[in-house]
Amino acid sequence: MTLVQGFFIYFAVAMTVLALLVVTRKSPMHSVLWMLAFFFHTAGLYLFLNAEFLAAAQIIVYAGAIMVLFIFVIMLLNLKKEETERKLQKHWVAGLVVSLVLMAAMVKILSGITVLPPLGEYSIQFVQLQGNLMTIGKVLYTQYLLPFEIASVVLLVAIIGAVVLAKKRIL
Amino acid sequence: MCIKYAMPGTYIPINYLPVAIIMLISSLIGLGALVVGLLVRPRRPYAQKLYPYESGNPPIGDPRVPFNVKFYIVAMLFVVFDVEAVFLYPWAVAYGQLGIFGFVEMMLFIVVLLVGYIYVWKKGAFNWE
Amino acid sequence: MSLTGIIATLPETLVIFLKTFIAVNILMLHIAYVVYFERKVIGHMQARLGPMRVGWHGLLQPIADGVKLFFKEDIIPSSADKPIFYIAPVIGVVAAISSLAVIPMWDGFSIADLNIGLLYILALSSIGSYAIILSGWASTSKYAFIGSLRSAAQVISYEIAMGMSLVGIMLLAGSASLSDIVTAQQGGVFNWFIFKQPLAFFVFVMAAIAETNRAPFDLPEAETEIVAGYFTEYSGIRFGLFFMAEYAGMFIMSAMAAVCFLGGWSGPIPGVPGIVWFLFKVYGFIFFYFWIRATLPRYRYDQLMSLGWKLFIPLALANIVITGLVKIL
Repeated sequence: MTLVQGFFIYFAVAMTVLALLVVTRKSPMHSVLWMLAFFFHTAGLYLFLNAEFLAAAQIIVYAGAIMVLFIFVIMLLNLKKEETERKLQKHWVAGLVVSLVLMAAMVKILSGITVLPPLGEYSIQFVQLQGNLMTIGKVLYTQYLLPFEIASVVLLVAIIGAVVLAKKRIL
Repeated sequence: MCIKYAMPGTYIPINYLPVAIIMLISSLIGLGALVVGLLVRPRRPYAQKLYPYESGNPPIGDPRVPFNVKFYIVAMLFVVFDVEAVFLYPWAVAYGQLGIFGFVEMMLFIVVLLVGYIYVWKKGAFNWE
Repeated sequence: MSLTGIIATLPETLVIFLKTFIAVNILMLHIAYVVYFERKVIGHMQARLGPMRVGWHGLLQPIADGVKLFFKEDIIPSSADKPIFYIAPVIGVVAAISSLAVIPMWDGFSIADLNIGLLYILALSSIGSYAIILSGWASTSKYAFIGSLRSAAQVISYEIAMGMSLVGIMLLAGSASLSDIVTAQQGGVFNWFIFKQPLAFFVFVMAAIAETNRAPFDLPEAETEIVAGYFTEYSGIRFGLFFMAEYAGMFIMSAMAAVCFLGGWSGPIPGVPGIVWFLFKVYGFIFFYFWIRATLPRYRYDQLMSLGWKLFIPLALANIVITGLVKIL
C-alpha cells in the first residue's frame, strides 16, 4: 500500500463515518457540526487530486456559506431534538431498497472503469508550475465561457428567489 | 462499458503538511486549555447558579427566541455573493493573460448580478428598521 | 511513496513541526501582550495609566490574567448543549491561529507558502463564524442567542466585502500567494498597494474591523444591550479561548493589511531586517485598531448592516471594475 492509497482509505472511511453521523444525530445542530467535519475531509480529498482551488472553494462556499444558511434555518425554525421513535419508522424499508439499488448501480458502473495514468495537457507538473488558480482561470474564462455566464443568471434567479420567498412572510 | 478516468493516486500535497500541523497544534492548544480547565477549575454548582443569565431572574420561556426573517435573507444573499466572489478569484489571477476579453466577460457577469443586487435593494431587504 | 519514503521525510516533517510550534507559541505570547498593550494604550488615551500593579508597569498582568482564568469556577448552564458548548471556542481558536500558516514574515519565510494563500485565509475566517453562532445557540441564553445571530449576520456580510476588496490585490499581483503579493510590491514605498488600491484598502480595513467584532462594529458584544453577546455564559478559560481567538484574529487581519497593502517585509530604509518592518506594520495597524476603539462610538445594528451591504460591497465591486479597466488600458 502506498502512502497515497493510505490517505485515500483514511478519507473514504472517515467520510463514510461522518456521513453516517450526520444522518443519525438527533439534534440538527450536531448534524451540522459533523457535516462541517465532512466538508473538511472533502476538501482534503481535493488536495490529493491537486485541486487546491476546489478545496478552498469547498470550504468557502459549502462550509462557510451554505452550512451557515443551514444553521440560520435551524435557528429560525427552532428545530428541537428529533423524537427517537420517529426515526426509522415507516420509510425505512423503502430507504433501504433505494440505497441497495443505488449501491448495486455504483458497483456495476465502477467495475467497468479502467483507470489510466494522467493524460493530456494538464498534467500535475503543468498545473503546479502554472499555479492552480491561473490554470482554472485561463480555462474557465475562455473555453467554458458560456457556462460561466449562465452561472450569473442562475445566481440572479437565486437572489430574486430568496427575496420573493421571504417577502411573503414579513415585509 | 468503459469510462476512462485519469488516475488520481500519485500526487501528495506536501506543501499542505504545515497546514495540517498548525491545525493540529492549534486544536491541541484549544482542547488542552479545556482539559486543564476541567482539572483545576473548582466546581460547586447549585440549581440557581446553573440558570442561564437573565439579569438574575429565573429564565422565562424558550431561550431560542423567534427572530426576524431578515437574518435568513442575509444568509441567503451571502451564499449567492460568496459564490460570485469565488468566481472572481481565478479571474483576477488569470486576468493578465485574458486581456480585454476577460474584462468584457466579467463585466457581463457583474452586470447580471448587479440587476439582482438593485432588485434586492429596491425591495428593501437591506433596510433594518 | 511507500513506508521507507515516509521514514525518509520524517526529519523534514519534524523541522516543520518545530517551526510551526515555535511560531504558534510566539503568536500566543503576542496575543497575551496585545491585550496588555490595548489596556495601556486605551488607558493613556483616556488619561489613565492602565494596569500598573502586577510587575513593573503591570508587565506581568497578562500572566496573572491567564492564571486567574484557569482557576475560575466552572459554570455551564444546566440547559446548555454541552458538546457544542465545549467545542465552539476551540473552533474559533483553530480558525484564528491556523491562518498564521500562510503569512510571510520575512523574505522567503512563511510556514506554508500556499498558492491559494489569500483564499486559505478567507476560508478560515468564514469558519470562525461557527464559533460565534454555535456558542450562542448552545448557551440557551437569550442574550447569547441574540448576540450570536447579530454577530453571524455581521460577519458574513462583511466577509463578502473583504473578499471582494482583495480581488483588486490579486488583479495587480496576478497571484493569490501572499509572498508573490509582497514581491509585487517591491521597489520603493510607492509600489505598495495602499497607493494603487486606496479604495480596496479602505473597504478592507472596515471589513477587518467588522470581521473581528471590534469597536465601532462590536455590536455582538454590545454590553449595554445584550450583556456580553454570544459569550455571556462562558467563564474562565473557555471565555479566555474566545478572547484568544479575537486577538489572534486581530493579529492575522493586521498581518493581512501589512502583507497585502503595506508591502509586507519590505521597507523604505535598506539594511533593516524584514521581520522588523513586518512587525512594525502589524503593530502599527493593531495600534490603529485601539485608536479607533478609543475614539468612535458604537454603530447601531441597522446602520452597520446597511453600511456593509449598501456601501462597502458596491465600493469593492467598483474597485474591481476600475482596477480591471486601468490594467488593460
